[in-house]
Amino acid sequence: MGVDFWQILMNGAVELISPTTAAYALAALGLAIHFGYTGLLNFGQAGFMAIGAYGFAISTLTFQFPVWAAVLVGVGASVVFALILGVPTLRLRADYLSIVTIAAAEILRLIFTTNTFDPVTGSANGLSGYKGSYGDPVTREGAWGFAGLNPFPKGSYGFGPWVMDEYNFFLTIVAWVIVILAALLTWQLMRSPWGRVIKGIREDEDAVRALGKNVYFYKMQSLILGGVFGTLAGMIFILPRAVVPSNYATTLTFFIYTILLLGGAATILGPVVGSIIFWVLLSIVSGFIARAQGAGWLPFLSSVQAGQLRFIIVGVVLMLLVIFRPQGIFGNKKELAFVK
Amino acid sequence: MSSNATPSKGAPVKSTGLHVGEPAPGVAKVDPIIVADNVTRTFGGLKAVDVAHLEIPRNAITALIGPNGAGKTTLFNLLTGFDKPDTGTWTFAGTSLAGVPSFKVARLGQVRTFQLTKALGLLTVLDNMKLGAKNQKGENLFRALLPFLWRKQEEEIEAKALDILQRFKLDAKVEDYAASLSGGQRKLLEMARALMSDPTLVMLDEPMAGVNPALTQSLLDHILDLKTQGMTVLFVEHDMHMVRHIADWVVVMAEGRVVAEGPPHDVMKQQAVIDAYLGSHHDQDLGATESENVEAMKELLHDED
Amino acid sequence: MEVTGLRRRRLPALALTFIALLLAMLTIGSAPATADEVGLDEYDFKVSGLVELNDKPLAGVELVIEGSGFKVEVESGDDGRWAVGVPEKGDYTVTLNEETLPEGIAVIDPEDETPNVREITVGQSGSAVANFFIGKGERNTVSWGQQLLDRVINGLNFGLLLALAAIGLSLIFGTTGLNNFAHAEMVSFGALMALTFAVQLALPLWLAIIIAIVLSAGFGFTLDAAIWKPLRRKGVGLIPMMIVSIGLSLALRYTFQLFYGGEIRQLPFAGMADLKLGPISLSPIDLASMAISLVVLAGVAFFLLRTRIGKATRAVSDNPSLASASGIDVDRVIRIVWIVGGALAGLSGILWAYFRPGVSWDMGFQILLLIFAAVTLGGLGTAFGALVGSLIVGLFVEISTLWLPSDMKYAGALVILILVLLFRPQGVLGRKERIG
Repeated sequence: MGVDFWQILMNGAVELISPTTAAYALAALGLAIHFGYTGLLNFGQAGFMAIGAYGFAISTLTFQFPVWAAVLVGVGASVVFALILGVPTLRLRADYLSIVTIAAAEILRLIFTTNTFDPVTGSANGLSGYKGSYGDPVTREGAWGFAGLNPFPKGSYGFGPWVMDEYNFFLTIVAWVIVILAALLTWQLMRSPWGRVIKGIREDEDAVRALGKNVYFYKMQSLILGGVFGTLAGMIFILPRAVVPSNYATTLTFFIYTILLLGGAATILGPVVGSIIFWVLLSIVSGFIARAQGAGWLPFLSSVQAGQLRFIIVGVVLMLLVIFRPQGIFGNKKELAFVK
Repeated sequence: MSSNATPSKGAPVKSTGLHVGEPAPGVAKVDPIIVADNVTRTFGGLKAVDVAHLEIPRNAITALIGPNGAGKTTLFNLLTGFDKPDTGTWTFAGTSLAGVPSFKVARLGQVRTFQLTKALGLLTVLDNMKLGAKNQKGENLFRALLPFLWRKQEEEIEAKALDILQRFKLDAKVEDYAASLSGGQRKLLEMARALMSDPTLVMLDEPMAGVNPALTQSLLDHILDLKTQGMTVLFVEHDMHMVRHIADWVVVMAEGRVVAEGPPHDVMKQQAVIDAYLGSHHDQDLGATESENVEAMKELLHDED
Repeated sequence: MEVTGLRRRRLPALALTFIALLLAMLTIGSAPATADEVGLDEYDFKVSGLVELNDKPLAGVELVIEGSGFKVEVESGDDGRWAVGVPEKGDYTVTLNEETLPEGIAVIDPEDETPNVREITVGQSGSAVANFFIGKGERNTVSWGQQLLDRVINGLNFGLLLALAAIGLSLIFGTTGLNNFAHAEMVSFGALMALTFAVQLALPLWLAIIIAIVLSAGFGFTLDAAIWKPLRRKGVGLIPMMIVSIGLSLALRYTFQLFYGGEIRQLPFAGMADLKLGPISLSPIDLASMAISLVVLAGVAFFLLRTRIGKATRAVSDNPSLASASGIDVDRVIRIVWIVGGALAGLSGILWAYFRPGVSWDMGFQILLLIFAAVTLGGLGTAFGALVGSLIVGLFVEISTLWLPSDMKYAGALVILILVLLFRPQGVLGRKERIG
């Protein structure tokens, strides 16, 4: 009995283009705007994602909103969230923003978890059933929600490891189109005078202030923009699965930081490639560990323990990246990713 | 001022007749650009700034001097909106600035530099310069997405930046990161960047600190240049040679107050200034800062330029 | 020294409205957890709950969980908790056997005819919670004043144990500028070591605790020597260092889980019966915990105020370069701060294991934000501020359960943190000048 390396690689290949990879890439791109370009220490990206997830799911389930309205609700809620975080803290030292964002994201998670709002939030069980329905395969009668928007006929799509049904095919395309649009938008912004101000703020906000720029206003715009990316990422994230509040713990934010630093914090492609590398490697590594354990190569580990190894690996990778390659894979050696 | 102007080698032309009546702390100026009244700022019980009345003359170079801890930088911060006073009002070119945030102060044409240079290290020298320009269309989030709205303005800004960089002899460094410049070059860049906004008043916080002596003369010439271009300069400096050489007017601060003001050669002979530098503690051990003050004082008194 | 960034406005009415709304929306609820367990190892999915009467756990209450052609019985444990493993996702019925409740007590819910039967669904999360509202027909038999008193005592206890961790964190922040996220794991480490020596190796509790604290001090020393000191030497910035601490926290936490598993285990003497001291009811463990915290905190205060090295520590916190120039061995001070911080965090973890009660791999991480909140509330980098901040957080968390559902009590403390930053960003004891 050996280990099926081919299967492990194939499973890794699936992650290459999976909607989850796209969702993390988008969330990391939002964080790149915050942290990499503006120098804002947002530790609450998980909160922005939770707002996207719950905003979309609750609008759909409780209020029966159409997809566009559910998306708008999520984005609107995320703008409000960014204002609540930014108004008190963007005038203060950088570490205050980190404390407030991490606290606010936890407050959100606790609100979504508590039994008190169970009818709306599903408490610890979360929510499902918001994906909609394809309706009748031919007449499309009864089609609603995201699945109802699917223009592709029922069937199987793709090739090799990337074979999926019409729902996942549609979702994968939508997810990556959003990521590409967001990356283009960020690229255009960062080569504009607006991006110059933003990068100047990262370097020294007093200097930028002395040049007549309303630093507070720019920081707020950056916080909102990156937060909205996180919120859209939260929506993409829940479309292949259910909404579960425990997914939005602080660890999620730290994973996104790992992705961001993997690719390079002040780059456009970095977050996208970082996410791809992160998920493909994670899939291959945990697939390998699981199979190696199953094959009896790791006698000292149980299968549950083998599953935890990947978190340890993420933690160690994050540390090593920061220490030895802070600019990430794509970052310019001179343009180190960090604010002082 | 065109780019081919050679720095003046002879003694600079001093502006005179700036004040009305006898030079004394708070004396009225013929044409003041800044008028401050009753400005105070305390830090934990210590009065860092306590200025009853102060006028800064327009189109002249004014030096703000005084021993360490006299409140010069704090006054700078207050005047530019980087700090808030406990009390006081002041006007800049007739506009009241009390309570106006720093970025609006800058937009009104009063720009400053910092004691610890704030070159934006991970931006190129050119981007540093472009950031200084005012009223950029592309700095709006939505217009930024439509380059055709701001490309033309961007080109104009770039041309202006290159022109100023040439004057400051930084044109070879255009594409370098500001972090790679020497300390003196960063000072030059910061000053050049301030000029991008066509200011009326340039406030320099210790422009000479940490500058390689080879660059000193060029910096001095640039400051003199500002006046010939019609700008007003207010600077904080410890270097007495520089003060004597280029200042038209000197304001001396000690323990938060203005203790003397006047033309440089007169003011340095006043007893109040000598007291300010030697302090009331000269019977005590002289610490490092105090011996510096004594050095400064010696320079003041042996003013044979 | 620039004093910018301080210009806060009083306008954030928006934020206030939002927070007020949140508070207003909250009514009742209770906390999910695991304890007296049946079949958790056999099955991947879980149903759990907590049987409580006025916040006091009820032990030995029988429950039947039935559904998907599967049936299992369970009894609530000493802490009132129960959990069963179930074979698959789906709908289950949980029936509480009212015969096993104490005399005169029943499950009450005016809107439900059979309040002792609840329908639940094990969904995507793989677990579900079934809690019952238990009371004597008319609820709130304990007077409001008595409840408040109980909460205040609990809050003080919690605040004191938080203070042990918070002061260590604050000293580390003060002397090195590091926001140490791995402090949570230093807290867990103490409790896990106590578990190892007191339960797994069955040493006497006092000895196990001493060994655990010594090892925690050694852990702090090792972290500094192996990671932080080399990074300081390398000149790594503060924000990168903070992110390193996040990675370290993640790696350590899951390493703990690797070795100790996911379950919650008890230290010896956890869950002892309460003693009646006049109007106050406290377990001997609570009393000992508060006494130990007070003695240790007094010791820390003495160390900081009276000893040479303590004064040096405060000098380094104030101004490292000046302290260094005046002949203080900054590296030695930092080393000592890590050792003291490690020991304090370890002790805090042991006391936290008794307070929750239970030892688990992520127990430190559960209170990390409260520790940060305490440090920030008091004013970043001031040791005595951290003490005051901890007491505020501890009291607020406990007292807020009079109004907030207990699974929201941490949220309340975090809301307070944000509000304080809104109106007094330098913290309760911090100096204004520091936050520029």
